[in-house]
Amino acid sequence: MADTRVTLSGITLDNPVIPASGTFGFGQEFQDYYDINVLGTFSFKGTTREPRLGNPTPRIAETACGMLNAVGLQNPGVEHVISHELAELATFFHKPVMANVNGFSIEEYAYVAQRLARQPQVGWLEVNVSCPNVHGGGMAFGLAPESAAAVTRAVRAVTDKPLYIKLSPNVTDIVSIARACEDAGADGLCLINTLLGMRIDLRTRKPLLANRTGGLSGPAVFPVALRMVYQVSQAVRVPVIGMGGVASACDVVEMMLAGATAVQVGAQNLVNPCACREIIEDLPRVMERYNIQTLRDITGGAWK
Amino acid sequence: MKFTVQENKPLTATVYRMTLRGDTRALLRPGQFVQLQLPGFYLRRPFSVYDWSPAERGCMTLVYKTVGRGTEAMTRIPVGATLDALVGLGNGFITDDIPAAAAARAPLLIGGGVGVPPLYGLCRRLLLQGQRPAAVLGFNTREEVILRADFEALGIPVTVATVDGSEGVKGFVADAVETLAAPLDYVYTCGPEPMLRAVHALCGRKGVGGQFSFEERMGCGFGACMGCTCETVTGGKRICKEGPVLVWEEILWQTRG
Repeated sequence: MADTRVTLSGITLDNPVIPASGTFGFGQEFQDYYDINVLGTFSFKGTTREPRLGNPTPRIAETACGMLNAVGLQNPGVEHVISHELAELATFFHKPVMANVNGFSIEEYAYVAQRLARQPQVGWLEVNVSCPNVHGGGMAFGLAPESAAAVTRAVRAVTDKPLYIKLSPNVTDIVSIARACEDAGADGLCLINTLLGMRIDLRTRKPLLANRTGGLSGPAVFPVALRMVYQVSQAVRVPVIGMGGVASACDVVEMMLAGATAVQVGAQNLVNPCACREIIEDLPRVMERYNIQTLRDITGGAWK
Repeated sequence: MKFTVQENKPLTATVYRMTLRGDTRALLRPGQFVQLQLPGFYLRRPFSVYDWSPAERGCMTLVYKTVGRGTEAMTRIPVGATLDALVGLGNGFITDDIPAAAAARAPLLIGGGVGVPPLYGLCRRLLLQGQRPAAVLGFNTREEVILRADFEALGIPVTVATVDGSEGVKGFVADAVETLAAPLDYVYTCGPEPMLRAVHALCGRKGVGGQFSFEERMGCGFGACMGCTCETVTGGKRICKEGPVLVWEEILWQTRG
């Protein structure tokens, strides 16, 4: 019997498959397609202190083997998330959920983190210092070790819940930022967020996205993500959640061999609403094919 | 959900009709759309539904325009091919529980270009409900006119407008609506945004309500990615989920596009 369980900061997941923030809303839309309790957990829509409508449309553009998005952290604000979305989620999802925390200042990160950490459903905080689609927040904090560490420290000060920092790939040295977050008290790291990119409309000669640039995700980014997970996971002692273009059970295994303890699935949920269920169903078969009995044992199997 | 291509043929130089066989039971209302996975493309494409028969082994017909690489590749998909589709997406046109004051018996269907197709399924639904719809269909030129005979075969009054005057009334659909003798009491419309704006303004001047079907670039089509959100009087709405049909009262133009 294949053992797909993994443990993230003391909480055991039935399997390592976690829909990524921004591709899964608050779970409701997917519950229409399958019972989302089969998931390891999921990371809910990035939440800020105030409601945000996000960027003007178009916010989506297709690319070869992937997509660009420039949604810009649309969300109803932390109080509404707690009173409505999490209350509703509790009626159909019965596992600890990962709370995706965003901010435009260090104080806002700490405030949102504190509010969400107090919710019993929240198992982990995932602090996003890597959103490429907002100005004056998001990725601005994740581009340097000092600012990423400052956010980590501020959130660490307000909660004992497991604290994961979601890192940007749009940097020259992701390892130094990962180490700075670990030193500042992070319990784990999530990588990668989207890669900054753009498309231009040949007819209008203008960028396809109203925001001009957007974040690239989908299978196109998988090798980049894999390489960064491989580098970071060997340089830190805390667990790494790997993500970026994961679309199959084989990708999950590959990401874990690179050093991931668990794996997030993002854009694939948008292409196929049943993607995560299918990956979870497929995992035991893939494990058998590659002679894996206990999935958690393969983390970092490709090191050295 | 798997569908088999039964037909994929041109209606004009750039507009095609594709009929798909499969489980169409999720389609409940005209104006709902489907998300088709096209071989070789990452994201699905949203298409309005021209007409359908709701059954486990049902049929649905899409009338689509080639606007880019995806839809150009779509024209080359052969009969017999299998395509994956998410069906029954979006709210669709409401025909049964619109407010009593607007419970139109003779609603006007206003379509522009490739916005015309979903109005056909709507027209059939309205006729089944005992209403007496009429249609105004707008195109750029005579060569682009589609589905005129389909609407006429339903036995309703049809007015065609072309921008260059090569067929029907010369001008935009809103101009053609002004030429109608019958009083306007309710509108269902789908078409390019400038046309929707003009019809919206017309409804405002005439003091009549209506339902407007919008188009937006989408990621998922089922409400997860927030890629297609627009601002409305009642807050942000996902065109794919709370739309694509918005009612006159909730539409905000100044913040769109």
